[in-house]
Amino acid sequence: MKNKKIKAKIAGIEVNVKEGTTILEAAKTVHIGIPTLCKHADLPPTAGCGICVVKIKGSPKMLRACCTPLENGMDIITQDPELVEVRRTILELILSNHPNDCLKCGRNNNCELQTLAGDFGIREDSFEKLLRNLPEDKSTKTIELIPQKCILCGRCTNVCQQIQDVWALSFLERGFYTRISATGDIELAESPCIKCGQCSAHCPTGAIFEYDETQKVWDALMDPDRFCVVQIAPAVRVGIGEEFGYPPGTNLTHKLYAMLKRIGFRGVFDTSFAADVTIMEEATEFKRKFEKDKKNLPLITSCCPAWVDFMEKYYPDMIEHFSSCKSPHQILGVLSKTYYAEKNGIDPSKIFMVSIMPCTSKKYEITRSSEMSSSGYPDIDVVLTTRELGRMIKQADIRFKHLPGEDPDNILGEYTGAGVIFGTTGGVMEAALRTAYKMITGEKLKDLEIKKVRGLKGIKEATLDIKGTKVKAAIAHGMGNVGTVLEKIREAKKAKKETPYHFIEVMACPGGCVGGGGQPYGVNNELRQKRAAGLYSDDRGHKVRCSHDNPYVKELYKKFLGKPLSEKAEKLLHNKYKKRPVYKR
Amino acid sequence: MVKTGELKKIVSKWKDKEGNLIMVFHEIQNRYGYVPRDVSMKLSEMLDVPLARIYEVLTFYNYFDLKPPGKHTISICMGTACYLKGANELLKKFRDLLNVSEGETTQDGLFKLNVVRCLGCCGLAPVVTIDEDVYGKVQKEDIPDILAKYAVKEKNA
Repeated sequence: MKNKKIKAKIAGIEVNVKEGTTILEAAKTVHIGIPTLCKHADLPPTAGCGICVVKIKGSPKMLRACCTPLENGMDIITQDPELVEVRRTILELILSNHPNDCLKCGRNNNCELQTLAGDFGIREDSFEKLLRNLPEDKSTKTIELIPQKCILCGRCTNVCQQIQDVWALSFLERGFYTRISATGDIELAESPCIKCGQCSAHCPTGAIFEYDETQKVWDALMDPDRFCVVQIAPAVRVGIGEEFGYPPGTNLTHKLYAMLKRIGFRGVFDTSFAADVTIMEEATEFKRKFEKDKKNLPLITSCCPAWVDFMEKYYPDMIEHFSSCKSPHQILGVLSKTYYAEKNGIDPSKIFMVSIMPCTSKKYEITRSSEMSSSGYPDIDVVLTTRELGRMIKQADIRFKHLPGEDPDNILGEYTGAGVIFGTTGGVMEAALRTAYKMITGEKLKDLEIKKVRGLKGIKEATLDIKGTKVKAAIAHGMGNVGTVLEKIREAKKAKKETPYHFIEVMACPGGCVGGGGQPYGVNNELRQKRAAGLYSDDRGHKVRCSHDNPYVKELYKKFLGKPLSEKAEKLLHNKYKKRPVYKR
Repeated sequence: MVKTGELKKIVSKWKDKEGNLIMVFHEIQNRYGYVPRDVSMKLSEMLDVPLARIYEVLTFYNYFDLKPPGKHTISICMGTACYLKGANELLKKFRDLLNVSEGETTQDGLFKLNVVRCLGCCGLAPVVTIDEDVYGKVQKEDIPDILAKYAVKEKNA
């Protein structure tokens, strides 16, 4: 019974699909379009908007294609003048309580509601405007809630509750008064929110939007007293192209360096370099525990600030297992204000460090603890998301297409294949294992590509034989998958059994940073895969594919830090964690 | 203050029953006149239901109040007769004097301001009730004196 096939017709074309396939999914298989608004590829249908209504031949009833399973013999009409009329009316009703301030909205030109309004030729307010006068929530300085622009599609609550298991967002009240709010009607900054920004990446309108700091960067660039430097995260190079018509996954690394120099940055660095440094520190931490303190395994990665926030709130008992290593962009920040400043005779107080990240949570991270200013200056001055960088490039109107590629400032810019795969789920683990293997055995890992840690499966497991010991690794991405892994650790600890894993990588966003909350809109698994493929091909294209072989990393340790986990490295590159309340109120 | 032991009793009564969330909060509402935030937080842990879900339910149904009730409940009738006789003006006056909107309780916790539909004594329109006391043919000029009575009672109590 389970694999029963359904035979039906959609727009006159015969379809053969598995039982349970919705009309919308079935239509896709024969390339028939049905307009949607609330439906998102990552999420189950909520049937919230009604734009996707279709008809069955011979029945006057209209059905929502997103949530209606196709049945045998159905003859689905996907478009006719009546459907167009009904869909337009639905749209007009949605617009009747949506403000008309598109020109001033962050999603102008990039809004799913605006696009539909354009497609349907809406030229007037057909119904009386009834706007809900709701306060905005800008408390996190990371993600802004603007509930008046919310169309109640339910994507953000779904992604926050079901995919991320954070439960920071919910709908309150009902009917006309239904509104999106932080849990329990408090401010988002007081809620369990981990600032991952998946809500903002899934919102079809401008109701949830990144805290825009582009002006701060323009101001700093204009200030002759400031020495502006910049770094780009691994995932940015394979995401930014989507904002400019490149196929998803196109790697624009060298064009981006050139772009940032043209925009006015005097030092252009690459977070992937700092990822190599992270690996040196983290692999050394792992080696220490692995050789002398196996009881204290697993080691859990700490590059993802949303994950760090989640752990501090929900799993403070895991703090002892956490790598104390700062995330790569913080490391690059602190090195720019110490190592780079010293080498180039620049006053570190004048350096203005901008991080271009696929991530909204990085905006939170830069002030999360005092160690984020361990050199006496903030490691990072401003974090911009990939989307914000896209806007800056458009404002500067510099065209990628005819821009010749350039190199970064090598001492904090040259990276290895291991550094760049940090941007995808499994990448940190793969990079760390390449180096940990070498550190522990003194030999090079034969097959550098550890395929088992790659891909979009929510929880991945891999075993690597290091000197006869099987090192068990687990990789989780999408916050909702993390609990499963950590509960296993908790159980083993409680029962005083051997740990089921030795090394755990966690990234909060589905797909890792390539699917980050600050990446270009429209993400789905196909895009995540293509962006990740862009990073893996960057890795393959590198002669040097292990962090410990990076000549600039070697130089950094030789001339500045000494060795991994040296006193200086501990002071500048590491940080502490503490238990934080899930609710501040 | 709501005692944890009391919550435990309520929870154990409903824990394994379907739809328990609403029943548990009904009991809380009935007993305390509202659902205090710290109770919601405790119950969230005890029932293993996220606070987000609890507030979705509490704000969906009118039955639940999230703020403590006032000592005295003012109900302004907005039925047709009262409305035509200027109940709206009365509401405005109450709002101004008490500095609250309908459904809210004053800062000192003394009054809760409610708007109700027909109270069934249209002959007295416009009608205002405070607790069990009925005031008919109320003029907005009368309101300060009416409120003062309760405030004085409170002082002497």
